[in-house]
Amino acid sequence: MDIPYTVQPRRDTGLYNAKLGIWLFLASEVMLFGALFSSYIMLRVGADIGEWPQRLLNVPIGTVNTLVLITSSVTVVLGWAALKQNNFARYRLYQTITILCAFGFVGIKSYEYYDKFTHYQVITNDGKVFDGHLIKRDKELVVLSGFEIDASKGKAHGVMEASGHGPNHKPHKEIEIKTSDIKKIGNYGPAHNTYTAIYFTLTGLHGLHVIGGALVIGYILWPGAGMWKTDPERYTNRVEVSGLFWHFVDLVWIFLFPVLYLL
Amino acid sequence: MSLKAIHILFILASTLLCFGFAAWAYQAYLNEEASRDLNLGMAITSGVLGVALLVYGRYFLKKLRDVSYL
Repeated sequence: MDIPYTVQPRRDTGLYNAKLGIWLFLASEVMLFGALFSSYIMLRVGADIGEWPQRLLNVPIGTVNTLVLITSSVTVVLGWAALKQNNFARYRLYQTITILCAFGFVGIKSYEYYDKFTHYQVITNDGKVFDGHLIKRDKELVVLSGFEIDASKGKAHGVMEASGHGPNHKPHKEIEIKTSDIKKIGNYGPAHNTYTAIYFTLTGLHGLHVIGGALVIGYILWPGAGMWKTDPERYTNRVEVSGLFWHFVDLVWIFLFPVLYLL
Repeated sequence: MSLKAIHILFILASTLLCFGFAAWAYQAYLNEEASRDLNLGMAITSGVLGVALLVYGRYFLKKLRDVSYL
């Protein structure tokens, strides 16, 4: 039995089945990311003055990652266009570049995550606040590359100075703190504050979408490529559907980048 | 909506981001003492990329003239 409307559009919707399906799925994705963006806005608007970190992230690295994703969107659509012109070799080239871009994006994002997980804040028993990257930590001593921050203007203000990406960037120095003098120590992981919590939630979920999209594109490109010989129109439609998902993922990043890195 | 239509939407959004980011980086170049060269470099690169995306958008529309928006 043949499944209808895998190639030809239905009269009532004007779309073939897979395209209708992906748009319904993307509608649910818009609601998911929309809810998280709304959470971000509510958290930020509700934060006390000076307590919401700005410029905590590395803008040049974020910019490179944005360029990587824009490039991948161009190659995914050029690959689809190549299939429409019956040029499978060129399609394969473009989609391979798309997958490499996906790996590049995830690699750079992992580096950013590593940077945040090795970035520590230490509060000592006498109330001093130190901020910087962890060099050494044992039973007796913690060594950071950073400096003491002035938390009187709000903790976030000091954090922006210490992160090294903000307008008040200062050179880092090595600080040794005895473990017995430490009241609180923690890294900039999701549990650090509401900003890092929403940052890791949004970018983590987005990163999973990038990995998922790359897996689907890779499946269609390699193990699923046999369909090109038996049913080329349906295969081209599959590529279009995966491209629609990829564009959604990239479009989410186009909003995430300015919101998290610049504002 | 076809891949062609959403790609045009994406290129428009990316172009706006490029010009917006160029303005942001230029403002940072004027107002901040740290990383002045980097900010100016990012502003120029982003502005050029915005123009390049507009040119690419025109090329793309010509290339896929016969493909439906639906």
